[in-house]
Amino acid sequence: MDNDLTNVILLGTVSAGFPSPGDDWREQTLNLHDLVVKHSLSTYFMKISGDSMVGACLHSGDIIVVDRALTASHKKIVVARLGDRFTVKRLWLMHPKMYLRPENPKYQPVEVTHHPDFEIFGVVTYCVQQVR
Amino acid sequence: MRQRVYALIDCASFYVSCEKAFAAVLHNRPTVVLSNNDGCIVALDSLAKKIGLKRGQPVFKQQELLRKYDVQVFSSNYTLYQEMSARVMNVVAEFSPRLEVYSIDEGWLDLTDLAVDDLVELGHTIKARVLQYTGIPVRVAIAPTKCLTKIACELIKSNSQYADVLDLTSFAQEQLDKALASIAIEDIWGIGPKYARFLRNYGIDTAKDLRDTDERWIRKHLTVVGARIQTELRGTSCIPLEIKRPPKQQIICSRSFGKEVESEEELQEAVSTYIARAAEKLREQESLCGRISVFIRTNGFDDDAPQYTNEFTIDLLYPTAFTPELIKQALAGLHAMYRPGYRYKKAGVSLSKITPQPVVQPDLFGEISLSEHYRQDHLMAIVDALNRIFGRETLFFAAQGIARNWKMRQFRLSSHYTTRWDELVLVT
Repeated sequence: MDNDLTNVILLGTVSAGFPSPGDDWREQTLNLHDLVVKHSLSTYFMKISGDSMVGACLHSGDIIVVDRALTASHKKIVVARLGDRFTVKRLWLMHPKMYLRPENPKYQPVEVTHHPDFEIFGVVTYCVQQVR
Repeated sequence: MRQRVYALIDCASFYVSCEKAFAAVLHNRPTVVLSNNDGCIVALDSLAKKIGLKRGQPVFKQQELLRKYDVQVFSSNYTLYQEMSARVMNVVAEFSPRLEVYSIDEGWLDLTDLAVDDLVELGHTIKARVLQYTGIPVRVAIAPTKCLTKIACELIKSNSQYADVLDLTSFAQEQLDKALASIAIEDIWGIGPKYARFLRNYGIDTAKDLRDTDERWIRKHLTVVGARIQTELRGTSCIPLEIKRPPKQQIICSRSFGKEVESEEELQEAVSTYIARAAEKLREQESLCGRISVFIRTNGFDDDAPQYTNEFTIDLLYPTAFTPELIKQALAGLHAMYRPGYRYKKAGVSLSKITPQPVVQPDLFGEISLSEHYRQDHLMAIVDALNRIFGRETLFFAAQGIARNWKMRQFRLSSHYTTRWDELVLVT
């Protein structure tokens, strides 16, 4: 019986030799999620498809971090529902008009001032881009 | 005693709302979500209700309507709903630390100790916050008892004037009487169909009637459960919040197959999978079980096919939560009752005789040694941890099978928008 108990004590490793002087200063390794997700309950990840925002360095295939808790304001990059699709654009407020502006000369801004089928989903806070 | 204040947070058409939150194409389109195996409609939005669809309808009977109105149809995406439910409940919990999560789409918040003057305004704030953070619309029903919050919620559903928020604590007596008189006895939380029929026989047709019936009569005919409901209808809280759920006394896992199966191997895979899931729940609540039941059943609705239903119960020599042992016993039970030549439609397992896991395992019968106990605990802890961190069934038991032809039918599953990198919402 006593013999059996030797198998179960596995609380960690004990090493011989000198203790590291750094042991007392150890901190948690950096975690990217902590940096990019400020409100975990309201943050969603989405993926860019298309080239309408290349001027803002958002490329097709990039993963964007979208926070629904933030209030959209002038010049913020937002995800919005426009009709039956989600779109990422820069919000442009020129009182009393409101536009979604692409960042690519190939495309035109869309006025959404009284658009019947438009709503803001959230504000883009970070973009995760593979560079290689 | 001070009057308590509870808010019931109730998600509107929850499954459909989850689908709509991540799919822009669903906006302004009637949408429904189907039950397991895509059998019946379990959730639908107001547009789908408007064209005549109802909860519980078998979907194959509605094909024409679905096509005519271009109804968007989805299989149940429980991964998504569970995640969104957790988000909703956590947003709600920011308003008061005392929250009972009652089901995937309902929870009670205790507002008693909050210094709030305008409860309706608070309700609208909660609703707006949940909608902004999650895209899920909720109703907020406020009352002095849990039972009355349920009634407030019914009133919200039938009166659009309340705009999804209602505070019964501010109602004058006369107003409350009128409201309770509009609630049918069947719609009271806790009154089942049997009691409802019984009460109607005595002319007790509404919540107001039940509230005003003599309490000795209620106690005599409806037992203490009925008495509690009556007390709650009278405005005195006696069903407290269950913030930490008591451990379950029985854990059941059963499902209909996507297609009927005949071979014992396929049944073995299904039974093993259900055992693995049930055992995981058992360990989650830090319990052991002493009894396993396994049942198999053919399709009772198929009049032409030969029918066979059986159940096999095994009492274990010692209580355990060790999945391989439970699978071994369950498969022995399955083997004992399996008969070839039938087309099986459903199987299930139930774990019972549940006891809390003791701190030190007694070695009563010398069946397995103490060290073996610890080894098993350790192994299961690792399996559970890996599955928690890296996703369901990262590690699974070989007996569960790999192809799983019997698995649930989910032809119209939406993406796992919040849990898989390769299924994110695309934005243009």
